[in-house]
Amino acid sequence: MIKKVRQHINQNEPLLFENSSPGKRGYQLPPLDVPTVDAASVLGAANTRAEIEGFPEVSEVEAIRHFTRLSTQNYAIDLGLYPLGSCTMKYNPRVNEQVARIEGLAWAHPYQPESLSQGILEVMGTLETILAEITGMDAVTLQPAAGAHGEFTGILMIRALLEAQGNPRKKLLIPDSAHGTNPATATMAGYKVENIKSNDRGMVDVESLARAVDEDVAALMITNPNTLGVFEENITRIAEILHAKGAQVYMDGANMNALVGVARPGDFGIDVMHLNLHKTFSTPHGGGGPGSGPVAVKKHLIPFLPTPRLERTADRWTWNYDRPQSVGRVRAFYGNIGMHIRALAYIMAHGGDGLRNATLDAVLNANYIRALIQPYYDLPHQAPTMHECVFSDERQTKQGVHTGDIAKRLIDYGFHPYTVSFPLIVHGAMMIEPTETESKAELDLFVDALISIAAEIDQNPELVLKAPHHTRTTRVDEVTAARKPIVRWKP
Amino acid sequence: MLSAIGATKLEDLFSHLPAEVRLNRPLAIAPGKSEYEIVDYFRARGEENANGFASFLGAGVYHHYRPVLVDTVVSRGEFLTSYTPYQAEIAQGTLTTIFEFQTMICQLTGMEVANASMYDGSTAVPEAAMMAMRVTGRDRILVSRTVHPEYREVLLTYAQHQGMPVSEFGYVSDSGALDLADLESKIDKETAAIIIQSPNFFGIVENVKQAAEIAHKHGALLIFVFAEAVSLGLLEPPRDADIVAGELQSFAISPVYGGPFAGIIATKEKYMRQIPGRLVGETKDTRGNRAFCLTLATREQHIRREKATSNICTNQALIALMATVFMTVYGKEGLRELAQQNLAKAHYLSGRLPLRFSGPFFNEFVASTGKRTADQVNQALLGKQIIGGLALDRFYPELKNTMLLCATEMSQRAKLDAVAEVFAQ
Repeated sequence: MIKKVRQHINQNEPLLFENSSPGKRGYQLPPLDVPTVDAASVLGAANTRAEIEGFPEVSEVEAIRHFTRLSTQNYAIDLGLYPLGSCTMKYNPRVNEQVARIEGLAWAHPYQPESLSQGILEVMGTLETILAEITGMDAVTLQPAAGAHGEFTGILMIRALLEAQGNPRKKLLIPDSAHGTNPATATMAGYKVENIKSNDRGMVDVESLARAVDEDVAALMITNPNTLGVFEENITRIAEILHAKGAQVYMDGANMNALVGVARPGDFGIDVMHLNLHKTFSTPHGGGGPGSGPVAVKKHLIPFLPTPRLERTADRWTWNYDRPQSVGRVRAFYGNIGMHIRALAYIMAHGGDGLRNATLDAVLNANYIRALIQPYYDLPHQAPTMHECVFSDERQTKQGVHTGDIAKRLIDYGFHPYTVSFPLIVHGAMMIEPTETESKAELDLFVDALISIAAEIDQNPELVLKAPHHTRTTRVDEVTAARKPIVRWKP
Repeated sequence: MLSAIGATKLEDLFSHLPAEVRLNRPLAIAPGKSEYEIVDYFRARGEENANGFASFLGAGVYHHYRPVLVDTVVSRGEFLTSYTPYQAEIAQGTLTTIFEFQTMICQLTGMEVANASMYDGSTAVPEAAMMAMRVTGRDRILVSRTVHPEYREVLLTYAQHQGMPVSEFGYVSDSGALDLADLESKIDKETAAIIIQSPNFFGIVENVKQAAEIAHKHGALLIFVFAEAVSLGLLEPPRDADIVAGELQSFAISPVYGGPFAGIIATKEKYMRQIPGRLVGETKDTRGNRAFCLTLATREQHIRREKATSNICTNQALIALMATVFMTVYGKEGLRELAQQNLAKAHYLSGRLPLRFSGPFFNEFVASTGKRTADQVNQALLGKQIIGGLALDRFYPELKNTMLLCATEMSQRAKLDAVAEVFAQ
């Protein structure tokens, strides 16, 4: 039975361009207090345009109704459980949004004098210190804009370190359970990728890893807990194997929500890692971004951190641009500061104990789901679950129903689907991460939905194959979209 | 819940962690604080910054008014707290706004395809350069010295391990515009793309057509960069460019000390399959209704892994939505009038100051500070609660005693006069 939702009115809305009327606008500028200037004469007639062809022309009311109507066509964390594995969809506290808009912070210009920027630098410096404490690393840069950008920064630093030692080496080892960003990053940093197979417990196989590590290996990129939600129990040994051959260990910190306050990568052999402030530290996903991907390093990598470095002198914060061994800049200015403000607000609200409690609750919630769903779905890896669990659609495929179909049917029950078909090492993966945000009541509704769907598959697989049935938009034709791409509106 | 799992206490769930990896002490982080204390802390930090100062800084980050509707829309939880729209049936809100965004970026830039956003302008530039390498099969990049210096630094960082040699060409000392003769002398058969910015870092409007002709004559692409998006309300779009890489900060995105902003890449339809990042496409659902979905994902890292066009995953969707609302609120006439106001304010100020360059400019220009250094003039301005311009010798050693000043619709006449007075002293 579907308990979480009933259908309700959801208004149609044309595109802005279809709703436009000539001369309409939603904003009034103040009268100009200086003489007007003829654009064509100061810029040159060839350099000026007549108009922006096709640009929208709507009133303020039409604009707000447009975006509000469209917003009602989205699912969101504010509407309920968002169990996307490895995405850590947790509640985004609204105080974070409020403080990020405080005028002295939001309107700070990156080139304003340092003496007039001490408040924002204090926020950044404090966050760097706290993230170093949480990860057990020695230094942090806040410059990277997202997780993949952090990976790129970290791998560039490893390369710079090895180059300084005389040989940048040729390849990176990446477990087959890794996020796609890892191998894509390797290529951007000029490395070849060698995949490492997982064993039947879902962990890196230490023996085959040891065989793969030679003098050509620059680093291992490892996610811990990995994308099966399994803690790599041999991580210390793994790090020793890499270090013995002069290689480094990079950790993808996408799953740090399982470790905060419980274990620190710096204590188990990691040399460099990134964090996703938009996962572990509650900054909003915003429909795809912005994120922020701070990179934390051990002491030996500090000289290679991006330029500039935030430093504290006796009485003030200052930027240091004199860093001859740095990998350079990975973006203009200093990073996604608005996300740093939000992450610090989240950390302040929780405190050290609260952060640890969040980890415990996240792991509790994932284990609760695993225990209750296990009788109905196949769990290919039996190793203990941390913050997420990965089932397989193996039992359901016998009825011709796949993970993607179960995901779509979940929508009818009022839930966003789990992560579908990832990690690639699990056939028909159903990757579920509830986070600490959810109450037992919401988890129970979700579990009920999955159990109910399992029964539907046995009794009436068509129902699931054609889902969702209750949404305003039914299954979309993604094949035609890719075959004949229409990526902009035309009159 | 513990009994359902078969555990007796929470800590049992971590008993499989080896002893040597466990943290056996509390984190050294202060206890949790109330909402009031958190707001109070950040207010105090805000007060320590340049609160209440008028500013004439531009250089890639511009003070434009943010219509209230922008925050009203992006504060809706349905936009703010949703994930990347992979599940199209319950993400039509985000998908439709991205499709509108892509369309408006095309209208603004004169291109045929635009992606759903990049991190910012600075990272869009190397992504565009890498795209040009894939399109042309060549590897050399020629970048103008009038492209934002920090964008060029980022380009070098990205280029260093991709077999992508980057070299620079100069500007004409009088006009501040591209040195086309220098460009002609440096472009060759290995050149994949030349990169120019307009208005350039000095605020000068470049001759895009001529740069494009030189690039195309040698079989290279022209990458056009913009950092001040409001300029496109008035300036001819770069129709002759092959790839446009830009920064949308001017479109209702707060400066926030440099980010988060939103970058874009736009191009011709024929290069669509080489574009990095996400794309939204139009399609139909099973009932035949128009619907939108993410498309051409085979370019992306989660499908193509080490062969992807880029490693970008998370982008700047919510910031792109800010820009979308901004473009909607101002619309066709409003953006033009906004650009006109910027032009008028900058030219009112420039008329009272000694100009360093003779080229045409939009809302930013380089002024000479005469016998004083730029820092000395800026110190005098700070005394009047005014943050002056950017001292250019920070990036261009040859441009001593000059500063880059920007005036926008938010620059009040009294403050413009105050700047002129300090210069005249």
